[in-house]
Amino acid sequence: MSDFLSVNIPKFTSVFSAIGMFFIVLAVLFAIAGRANGKKARPIALVIFLAPALILLLAGLIIPAIRTFLFSFMNPDSNAWVGFDNYKWMTEDPNVKSIMVNTILWILVVPIFTAALGLLLAIMLDRIKHESIPKSLLFMPMAISFVGASIIFKFVYEYSEPGEAQIGLLSSIVDFLGGTPKDWMLSKPLNTFLLMIIYVWTQMGFGMVILSAAIKAVPADIVEASALDGASGWRLFRNITFPMIKGTFIVVLATGVVGALKVFDIVRTMTGGNFSTNVLANEMYSQVFVQFDQGKGSALAIVLFLLVTPILIYNIRSLRMERSHS
Amino acid sequence: MSNLKIANHNPGRKLFSSKIATVVVWVTTVIWTIPTLGLLVTSFKADKDILNEPWWVSLFNPHFTLSSYKSVFFGGDTESLSNGVLPYFVNSIVITLPATIFPIVIATMAAYALAWIRFRGSDFIFFFIFALQIVPLQMSLIPLLLLFTGGAHIGSVTVFPALGIAGDFAGIWLPHTMFALPLAIYLLHNFIASLPRDLMEAAHVDGANHFKVFRMIVLPLAVPGIAAIAIFQFLWVWNDLLVALTFASGTEEVAPINSKLASLVGQYGSGYTQLSAGAFITIAVPLIVFFSLQRYFVRGLLAGSVK
Repeated sequence: MSDFLSVNIPKFTSVFSAIGMFFIVLAVLFAIAGRANGKKARPIALVIFLAPALILLLAGLIIPAIRTFLFSFMNPDSNAWVGFDNYKWMTEDPNVKSIMVNTILWILVVPIFTAALGLLLAIMLDRIKHESIPKSLLFMPMAISFVGASIIFKFVYEYSEPGEAQIGLLSSIVDFLGGTPKDWMLSKPLNTFLLMIIYVWTQMGFGMVILSAAIKAVPADIVEASALDGASGWRLFRNITFPMIKGTFIVVLATGVVGALKVFDIVRTMTGGNFSTNVLANEMYSQVFVQFDQGKGSALAIVLFLLVTPILIYNIRSLRMERSHS
Repeated sequence: MSNLKIANHNPGRKLFSSKIATVVVWVTTVIWTIPTLGLLVTSFKADKDILNEPWWVSLFNPHFTLSSYKSVFFGGDTESLSNGVLPYFVNSIVITLPATIFPIVIATMAAYALAWIRFRGSDFIFFFIFALQIVPLQMSLIPLLLLFTGGAHIGSVTVFPALGIAGDFAGIWLPHTMFALPLAIYLLHNFIASLPRDLMEAAHVDGANHFKVFRMIVLPLAVPGIAAIAIFQFLWVWNDLLVALTFASGTEEVAPINSKLASLVGQYGSGYTQLSAGAFITIAVPLIVFFSLQRYFVRGLLAGSVK
């Protein structure tokens, strides 16, 4: 116990002194800058309020992104130019081909399932009594880390040799239905889809909750009016409700695409990218921190960035429209 | 509320009958909850029972024990976890608190500046920060790590010294703070920009400067928004793996519990008690936060996604 204290008390003092220092610096800055009067007051306030964020963004995101772009044309140690070699490697290496195929599968399958399932449940939740209990249980996995979720599903996908007890739920169900359980994580291409289930399991609640809010926000009189006009069931949904929540549905899809593209934790924890389950984000990490090749890693990061740019442009466009309307 | 009334009075509106909906929702809920339940039950089983008996059988044949938790938390028999997960648990707290507070404070200030201090280029900066939101972390990992370990140079001139914080707590707080800013500034801007203009103008007429307006008016009114985003950031940092693997070495001194858990996965057989109890200890904190502050959590989610 005393060992524990001697190790951990310094940790906590470092936290509290860091937080304390942070607020003291802020308070001093506010006090000094707050005394400025007249013409200089506004620019000084602007600098104090905005500069910390801008400096951190510049040092932490913008400059590093530019350097990553440059590194992608350099050798593993980033000290000599190699032209397009790293990109050429991507088009030639058979492993990278399988990684690309998997990544594309992820961004096609995962967002559609997450959004469709979320929408279906959101519609149904609107119809039932006591919706808060199922809603929070369906939403709960969002609070669990991908690593935690992976371990939860490691037990679901567990496989034992024939003759031993199957302690995995999936193996037991297959066994019960008369099938033969197998080592699921080794069976391609099924394993990639089993990993996707973990992702959908954690993220479906996100789509469900925001779509549910959007459905509730559809004005009642519009629904009432079209119901009086004889619209019902599917037609009412297709012509009235869905167009009004379409924006939210696209947000859910786009979030799914970005999330699926960056999926790293699940693949790393479940298979380490082996057995043909590798994806871009995991390969990027492996290239940099296992192979120590910053060039290839950077080039993979650039591909990741290029894949999100369509969504980036779409987001900026819709924010522009939204702002010009208000 | 009125929505609900119409649904009840007008069966024609329904896409699904409420009976089918009830059944589907509850069946899905059960399916969705079973995996977590399985882990919870497994974590209370004795080491030798885990592999011999499925957890759903154990439910009806209970001989549960807290031994896994005891050995995982405080350490004991196994080599991979001689001191238990407690040090890593402490690290997680030590990492998460500043990595939540710093970006939220800095983002609130920036959001205020972008919303209420008029200056040229304000719109451009806002759009730029908004765009940064979905730029993958992977774009900055390598250069940022190099900056921490080696500083920045142009040619042979050092423009920025090595920070020497790689592998230190500060070396994890800083990247988390940087990476959190775009989303936090965007969400807080939405929130702060919607505060009533009259209030700000009245304060300025009364002679309050921006610092006073920020402290006395904006902060108190923005508390619900700040709380929602802080909960998000807290969960994000607690659950993060990529930043932890990149910027914290895997050691007991700094590694957070989530990354330790990920490293335990490689071990088979006897590792199962550690894995199940360790996983539950790791997810307990986010689950407690989630269930006790769900209202704020949902509000934060909606602020970002629904106009």
